[in-house]
Amino acid sequence: MTDEKAAPVSGSIMVVGGGISGLTTALEAAEVGYEVFLVEKNPYLGGRVAQLNQYFPKLCPPTCGLEINFKRIKDNPRIKVLTMAEVEKVEGGPGNYAVAVKVRPRYVNENCTCCGACTEACQTEIASDFDFGMKQIKGAYLPFAMAFPARYVIDPRIVGTEDAQRAKEACKYDAVDLEMQPKTLNLNVGAVVWATGWVPYDAKKMDNLGFGKHKNIITNMMMERLAAPNGPTQGKVIRPSDGKAPASIAFVQCAGSRDENYLPYCSYICCMASLKQATYVRAQYPEAKIYIFYIDLRAPGYRYEKFYENIKKDPNVFFIKGKVAEVSEDKAAGSITVVAENAVTGEKIHQAVEMVVLATGMQPTAAVNKLPGAVKTTPDGFILNDYAVGGMFAAGCANKPADVVSSNQNATGMALKAIQTLVRR
Amino acid sequence: MNKKYGVYICHGCGIGESLNVEKLGEVASDEGYAVKTCPALCGKEGIELLKTDVAAGVNSLIIGACSPRVLYDTFRFDGCIVERVNLREQVVWSHPRATWAAPTEEQKDDETFIDHVQMMASDYLKMALAKVEKINLPEPYKLETFTRKILVIGGGITGISAAIDAAKAGYEVTIVEKEAALGGNAAKWRKQLPTDYPYEKPMAPVIQSKIKELGSYPGITVKTGTVVARIAGQPGDFTVTFKKPGEKIEFDVPFPLPPEMRLDESGKELEAEKLHARYLEYNQGKVDILTFDPNGEKFGAVVLAAGWRPYKPAEGEYTHLGLGTTPDVVTNAQFEEMAAAGKIKRPSDGKEAKSVVFVQSPGQGQDQDFPYAASVTSLVALKQATYVREDYADGKAFIIYQHMRTPGMTENFYKAVQQDPGVFLTKGQVTKVSKNGAGLIVEADDTLLGQPIQIKADLVVLATGMVPATKDDPVINLAYRQGPAFRDNAIFNDYADSNYICFPYETQRTGIYAAGGVRRSMTTEEAMEDAAGAALKAIQCLESANRGVAVHPRSGDLTFPDFFFQRCTQCKRCTQECPFGALDDDERGTPKTNPTRCRRCGTCMGACPERIINFANYSIDSVSSMVKAIKVPSTDDFDEPPLRILGLICENDAYPALDIAAMNKLSWNADVRFIPVRCLGSVNVIWIKDALSKGMDGVFLMGCKHGDDYQCHFVKGSELAEIRVKKIGEALSSLALEPERVAQFQVAIDEYDKIPQMLQEFVGTIEGLGPNPFKGF
Repeated sequence: MTDEKAAPVSGSIMVVGGGISGLTTALEAAEVGYEVFLVEKNPYLGGRVAQLNQYFPKLCPPTCGLEINFKRIKDNPRIKVLTMAEVEKVEGGPGNYAVAVKVRPRYVNENCTCCGACTEACQTEIASDFDFGMKQIKGAYLPFAMAFPARYVIDPRIVGTEDAQRAKEACKYDAVDLEMQPKTLNLNVGAVVWATGWVPYDAKKMDNLGFGKHKNIITNMMMERLAAPNGPTQGKVIRPSDGKAPASIAFVQCAGSRDENYLPYCSYICCMASLKQATYVRAQYPEAKIYIFYIDLRAPGYRYEKFYENIKKDPNVFFIKGKVAEVSEDKAAGSITVVAENAVTGEKIHQAVEMVVLATGMQPTAAVNKLPGAVKTTPDGFILNDYAVGGMFAAGCANKPADVVSSNQNATGMALKAIQTLVRR
Repeated sequence: MNKKYGVYICHGCGIGESLNVEKLGEVASDEGYAVKTCPALCGKEGIELLKTDVAAGVNSLIIGACSPRVLYDTFRFDGCIVERVNLREQVVWSHPRATWAAPTEEQKDDETFIDHVQMMASDYLKMALAKVEKINLPEPYKLETFTRKILVIGGGITGISAAIDAAKAGYEVTIVEKEAALGGNAAKWRKQLPTDYPYEKPMAPVIQSKIKELGSYPGITVKTGTVVARIAGQPGDFTVTFKKPGEKIEFDVPFPLPPEMRLDESGKELEAEKLHARYLEYNQGKVDILTFDPNGEKFGAVVLAAGWRPYKPAEGEYTHLGLGTTPDVVTNAQFEEMAAAGKIKRPSDGKEAKSVVFVQSPGQGQDQDFPYAASVTSLVALKQATYVREDYADGKAFIIYQHMRTPGMTENFYKAVQQDPGVFLTKGQVTKVSKNGAGLIVEADDTLLGQPIQIKADLVVLATGMVPATKDDPVINLAYRQGPAFRDNAIFNDYADSNYICFPYETQRTGIYAAGGVRRSMTTEEAMEDAAGAALKAIQCLESANRGVAVHPRSGDLTFPDFFFQRCTQCKRCTQECPFGALDDDERGTPKTNPTRCRRCGTCMGACPERIINFANYSIDSVSSMVKAIKVPSTDDFDEPPLRILGLICENDAYPALDIAAMNKLSWNADVRFIPVRCLGSVNVIWIKDALSKGMDGVFLMGCKHGDDYQCHFVKGSELAEIRVKKIGEALSSLALEPERVAQFQVAIDEYDKIPQMLQEFVGTIEGLGPNPFKGF
């Protein structure tokens, strides 16, 4: 209809994904003065970091930074947050995108006061995705105590059941709306930043590492939930099989990363994450033996190096260079055996431990959920940035595996790239 | 501000069931306030009620309902003061009637019945009323002169990228480079690491094309052979003096006295006058920091991209690796220079270097890489190995490492180079590099080959690191009373970095944002990305300064500290303690404010012994009034009056933690009264004295962790508070009050489950000391 060059410029930016990267891009752009739509598919903001117990190397809680960011959102009318929302379609070009956003029903409206009566009224339980199935929750729930938006959700798994009715009847504020329908919003924006993050790589794929065959073989993300005070065990690192304290624990690095059969790249954070989790174990169990099987220990940078140096001083932490060949149950002993070859000494190790953490890697969300819109990705699903074309950009782990610091650096830069698109057209 | 008050109390969420809302309302109506109650203030009728009142002129609302952390937009009214009284989470939810019994019908009029929960609610309402009387809506600070120009210090790949990024967003930039030409370190390389997927091959350095691109922006001014002599002023209005490197000019920045010069012969600190005289002598020839260069250039914000220099081993360092004993052992930087000049040859005799060994770690029992290496030197070794293979078809490169640090997507580069049959890699500890005839022998232990190895080498390359420019020199040369450099970079090994994982660009100097090799050891790709982030922050800062609002973490805050200078005694505590160097001092030693440097934490307000510093909506008086509004029951009221304890709590972590504790149905002692503060650093000891002289039995401060891994977003807040609390111990003893009545607790935001016990233990301590003897006076 109109000449492409004269397409109307929209002054707003859409950020897809409300994890730490998406939050950063959205806030940094909004605080320069731009209008931002922050689109998040979960009922809460915070993404993966909300599931972590602490960050390395400072061992500080993710909710600290999240709380500051939520306050910045509260104080900034330029940011519009859409949760339960996913982008269905993106059309147009840099400076002028027509985006269709589908908003799934939360079944709870703005009357919600977070009083918790609906949760109490429910009688059946469902597995919590937030806790990787390690915890059972009620079908009407608040994702976690510091969730933002501070509003309950009713899981579609109970809609149509008696529990949903119980929740509705328990609510004094008429906040439960079981008739809520999905809706589609059509928004016009000038730039889009994909901050769609990552999913933990499916550990079941590594057959030889025994995930799914024994309860005490868990992933690094599951370990975070165990250690988190709001997790399934209120922060106690215990064996899922029997709730006992582990006297020994092995960390299997590069579980599925740096491997042509699974993820060919290095997932960046797993070395530091395991070192951090070793500190969790040590804080709870002063005598526990900790074995870390690695290919290379990647603790890049001064602060990370110092963190690693401190852990090396621990006489009960053992580092073994050797890719783990097998993790299996020793039924007779009631323990788990980790098999690896020590690459330096050449000896074959059969290490018996009471618990194993597989340091599984990160897969970009775009690898498992195809994104609408003309984004270019690598074969692994990471979104490529093409600054010459502009208009759409990728921030955080959607772009490449990275830690929180690097993701936030990148996300801040992408806010500027998005602004450039608006300004130049 | 002509205040028209309105008090609104909500019955919802359990408040009505727990409290006697009518009686609570009388607390305000007895004082003459108009009080309205509502079953659910956030419901349709409630909002209508509030909107109608606001339209009718009510502009100071006191809302007794849920926490200010929720329904922030529902209860926001433009042009109005809205004070939220946290009745729901911090009174009702956290103090269930099952534990703190409500009066029965008979007990309702019994004056000896202690209704802890109702008393708590009354106190909080009274505190809110007292506060609103004392505060005002802020007027933004407007800079007299303002510019949007951005200064980029450093003309390497980072600086150039930052300048281009800022220009693309429509900003004018001046880029200043100390060398005669742009390009920095990247211009000296043969090749650089790949910046794009699939990251498999080294590429021609992008620096030349970037320099060309820079030239295509008319809004970018380039100054080579130039350094920054001083940066004076504040974000939005910096005045910068340039000079030639090595030149001595009158606008060179003054340096603070080194510690040893602050003492007399006996080691005692000199008096203020003598210190000042020495300071002037030490900085002779330099204009003082308060005089602005009339020929200086104006900038709104600064990007520090001053980069790095190669690590220079000291005399005798790494002799076990042959350094200094033969010219054929070089650093990676020297190797790169040779490679950029032509084929790689041995420095000793000019012969071809066909067997090159790359030593990644200095060994000697450690598995660390060389200092300042991060993960860059592993990648550089791989790149340089390809040079050997490029130059000689029969060339061989050996990389001996402890850990190949190629994280993330750089793993692809590692894999690609491993495919080259002429490149050998092994983990190992290099024990010795020694002469072997005309060549060298490299010996290594603990290798992957199961035995010690010996490699004949023509050339050995040590993977030394990248030292940030800020190690040698402040670079930014701020004409600030606290000195020209960033403070506390020692915790980052002299990199100009941020201590916040979530906020990587927040340095201690507002308006100055670091990027690239000066911030961390990083690759070209990372540096170019980092440049965009720093450029964004620079833009954001100057735009915020122009609007008169603060930057992160108090983004959007319109208040700024106001000084009543007539009563200033020039003690300089505020000037020294401000974490951001926002205060300089004038000729008489009176602080000079620079509001756009300020992050509005209030550390100055807490420091001032004369109490002359205040914010429009947060002042000595507003908090003192809240303290004094708390009813402290004495034996005049009850035979066994309950204790009263004041908690000054950080609003950033402790306050949310309390809300979460309440949501998790945890309770805490009902004799505690909290006042949230912007930062523990803003706590003025007068508030503690007010509480104790009123008869309150104890005071505690609760906030974030300090130390090297500090969490405080204003850097030193909780640390300063701890020092002040220790000092108050002496004052208390003189009043015959025990110092144990004042304490400080550290709590992280996720430690909400620990708070009840912390409080209970403190209450236990106070009970042991007995009630405050000043009670009832």
